[in-house]
Amino acid sequence: MANLRELTKKEELLCGGHRACAGCAAPIAVRQALKAVDTPVVVGCATGCLEVTTTIYPFTSWRVPFIHNAFENAAATISGVEAAYRALKKKGKITQDIQFIAFGGDGGTYDIGFQSLSGAMERGHDMVYICYDNEAYMNTGIQRSSATPKGASTTTSPAGKVIPGKTQFRKDLTAVMAAHNIPYVAQAVPSHWNDFVTKVQKALAVKGPAFINVLAPCRLGWQFDPSETIEIMRGAVETCFWPLYEVENGTWRITHKPREKKPVRGWLEKQGRFRHLFRPENEHIIEEIQADIDRNWEALLARAGMA
Amino acid sequence: MPFKEQREGWWKVMKKVAITGNEAVSQAMRQINPDVVAAYPITPQTEIVQIFSTFVADGDVDTEFVTVESEHSAMSATIGASAAGARAMTATSSQGFALMWEMLYIAAGLRLPIVMPVVNRALSAPINIHCDHSDTMGARDSGWIQLYSENAQEAYDNLIQAVRIAEHPDVQLPTMVCMDGFIVSHGMENAELLDDGVVRSFIGQRTPKHSLLDVDNPATFGGLDFADWYFEHRRQLAEAQTHVKDVVLDVAKEFAKISGRSYGLFEAYRLDDAELAVVVLNSAAGTAKVVVDDLRDKGLKAGLLKIRLFRPFPHEEIVAALAGKKAIAVLDRADGLSTMGGPVFVDVRSAMYDAPGPKMVNYIYGLGGRDIDTEQIAGVFWDLAKIAETGKIASPVTYLGVRE
Repeated sequence: MANLRELTKKEELLCGGHRACAGCAAPIAVRQALKAVDTPVVVGCATGCLEVTTTIYPFTSWRVPFIHNAFENAAATISGVEAAYRALKKKGKITQDIQFIAFGGDGGTYDIGFQSLSGAMERGHDMVYICYDNEAYMNTGIQRSSATPKGASTTTSPAGKVIPGKTQFRKDLTAVMAAHNIPYVAQAVPSHWNDFVTKVQKALAVKGPAFINVLAPCRLGWQFDPSETIEIMRGAVETCFWPLYEVENGTWRITHKPREKKPVRGWLEKQGRFRHLFRPENEHIIEEIQADIDRNWEALLARAGMA
Repeated sequence: MPFKEQREGWWKVMKKVAITGNEAVSQAMRQINPDVVAAYPITPQTEIVQIFSTFVADGDVDTEFVTVESEHSAMSATIGASAAGARAMTATSSQGFALMWEMLYIAAGLRLPIVMPVVNRALSAPINIHCDHSDTMGARDSGWIQLYSENAQEAYDNLIQAVRIAEHPDVQLPTMVCMDGFIVSHGMENAELLDDGVVRSFIGQRTPKHSLLDVDNPATFGGLDFADWYFEHRRQLAEAQTHVKDVVLDVAKEFAKISGRSYGLFEAYRLDDAELAVVVLNSAAGTAKVVVDDLRDKGLKAGLLKIRLFRPFPHEEIVAALAGKKAIAVLDRADGLSTMGGPVFVDVRSAMYDAPGPKMVNYIYGLGGRDIDTEQIAGVFWDLAKIAETGKIASPVTYLGVRE
């Protein structure tokens, strides 16, 4: 359990002055994640909004050693750094304990970087991979990814006259990562900071690979007011669109169960990307989305022994 | 020698050995004892990672061996390890090399002294596992240093020297050591290995200026350059290439002291007084030397230039060595598909633009492992003799040994 008073005393390892949009959840997620770190940490990052907004030469927002390599290989890159650490520590050239975190957006994690991630997790590197999931390729201008939810309008799944936004449901990456049977997998969101920071602490504490999928709304891509970021995150949890849970050594546990599961309709309504769903001819898609959420939530309750 | 030693630890007792190119390279890697090797199997390189795996399994090296899920990840992890201050290596061929391509540029752009043996193999399609140089030629503009090796001995020697070249403070560039797939990688030859201790003191320790694991001095690697800085950083990369030549020669001089074997930027074989010259890389040079000797016996003034350092391209020295020849044929084991010849030809001819006189022609040969024989190379020299005599070039680019 994280303590807010203690956390605020810790140095910000991602400093201000970066160029992320107002209301962007990615830097919030990173700052919270880095608050969970007690030892020196090396950070790797996939190409994406987080990397381009924080490392514009000759500036950097990172007060920790940082490497960006390419789009699809944050996990492979950090696995190399971690291997170097083990080698140099064995030889006595490094004496400190160092932690390793890789960040990637959903494009760099669910899609193009999935092979690299899967490989690194299978090999058992002692690292934490955190996917900041903003549900589309935001850096290139809001193109659909396999994390984009059904019905969302993006620039490559635009709501048109005959196709009403993205036609497929999203990939359940957190469950896919749990199927890798690694020591720790979790799903989190920065609006529930204590839940998230605690999960990062747990992920860092385990020996071996850990994966956290953190929802990070993009105010441009999701089309909401920058002041509403935290509210949008809360809505994702309250509707059970984004349940908060962890899988620790194979045991599934829901870490926050909403008192009352709210209908998804109200949450969709707040986001411009779903605007077209409220036309009469598309209303059925909202029902499909609700049915999908219900099915997934029931399945999660069953996995967690709460059904 | 007891059987077990012969089988498992022969290198501990023998120095002059019959060895394949892959075995020789693996031995060099064992002696280099890299901190990290991240690699993936691909024919004909696979043997290197297999043999190296046994060194890891038997504790003959201290290396952290990262068995990645692709060559893209092999190079990505090697980049991560090198940025972390480790001495990091990988090895590949052909399609695997092609899959690394994106990362090759990043390794060079980040100025990471990674060393990589490449066992040259043709690129698909059609799929073909045998030798040509299409793979590494495709990366000749990537910023990597490229050293080519005629045989197992040269591959072994080049790999050890590559560590020093790559890590030299004036260079700081990744370096690939190329040898011909199957012809050298799987062919058994005599070679002389150095003592482990000699190699280890020759290569010394890597002392990086910046490292990801220097947590007290955090640095950002791989940041974003806009138009206001990208050009300067690429200019620095170009500047580093100009330092390579001298470092290659200095390292070769030191290497000669420990090995008795001398290396230059290229090998000039009976070239000084030659009127007709062939330029070639890798194993075909061995065949060409036989032809040169034979033709010399017949009174033809034939000579050979075998390029060792192809990137950066030692153009001044090559021009000096080839100036005054009557006719030159460049043999390319890769086709540029530009309709104006293979990559080595294009470079050599461009370098020769300001040199007086020689007529130059190109022969594309040996693609996909097609053998080149002495008669074909002799035929090239006879073509050159005719060009020298008449001053006329019938065909600037010829496909040698192909069904037309």
